[in-house]
Amino acid sequence: MRLSPDELVFWQYGFIKLNATIVYTWGLMLVMVVGSKIITSKLSTGLERSRWQSILEIIVTSILEQIEDIGLDQPKKYLGFLGTLFLFIGMANLCIIIPGYEPPTGSLSTTAALALCVFVAVPLFGIEEQGVGNYLKTYTEPTIIMLPFNIISELSRTLALAIRLFGNIMSGSMIVAILLTITPFIFPIVMTVLGLLVGTVQAYIFSVLATVYIAAATREHKHRPKQEQKKADQGVGE
Amino acid sequence: MALDTYTTTIAVASIATSGITIAIGVIAPAIGEGRSIATALSSMAQQPDASATITRTLFVGLAMIESLAIYCFVVSMILIFANPFWNRALT
Repeated sequence: MRLSPDELVFWQYGFIKLNATIVYTWGLMLVMVVGSKIITSKLSTGLERSRWQSILEIIVTSILEQIEDIGLDQPKKYLGFLGTLFLFIGMANLCIIIPGYEPPTGSLSTTAALALCVFVAVPLFGIEEQGVGNYLKTYTEPTIIMLPFNIISELSRTLALAIRLFGNIMSGSMIVAILLTITPFIFPIVMTVLGLLVGTVQAYIFSVLATVYIAAATREHKHRPKQEQKKADQGVGE
Repeated sequence: MALDTYTTTIAVASIATSGITIAIGVIAPAIGEGRSIATALSSMAQQPDASATITRTLFVGLAMIESLAIYCFVVSMILIFANPFWNRALT
């Protein structure tokens, strides 16, 4: 009984292992990069546009809207990182309907790597937006006594991101594997459909949580009265 | 293959603990999720315009609560399938 696709090794040379996680991750990357390169090679801004271009536009504008909804003012700056998180995790989880495929997000190495990317990105964006001094000062809010707790919460939410995604995806594939030995006819298919839903929701959750953490790190506190004024104006306008 | 008492104790303790971990560990997250969905439904009935925001916040909150149950599940799986004491006892 295999706990993660890390243990399925295709090729090994001494210390370097080519396991299923690496193969499927690079396969996904290849498909996504080549696919989008082909679709965006002939972009059109007129009324006639291809179906694939429309799909990509829908995806990109929805992600931009979501990022803006959660509170980041310039969504285009964060679109690269957050959009990549959502699309990679979403694609990795949706491909489980292909037989013989094991999602790389079902391995703790992949999810830990993604969580570490978020862990590094949050201070990077915060410092870029606010400057080093102001960003470090947010760790001492509301009082200096909270400094160790803020640091611990930073570490624990990274850990939670990794374990949440790993646990959800690994449990999905493990349930299907166990059911295949007990009732191999209809029930594993139903559980795979549930796994598709769970995978999409988890991809959304991962990127929304990354967005919320970045928004919390880049939010400038003196802007809060201005935001409320803007919301009040919009309310009056409606 | 006769097992000595040391190996038997490890096996019994691991299996019993993993069963109890998952059984007790999912009680509280399930109650919490039920309450949060109930509140979300009633607030969506009161203000249908805000249902997009409510749905999004609901899903984020559910994922945070769910992750506690996932922690218990991961511990349970580790005890059954990747138990370090069991592997060491077998050698």
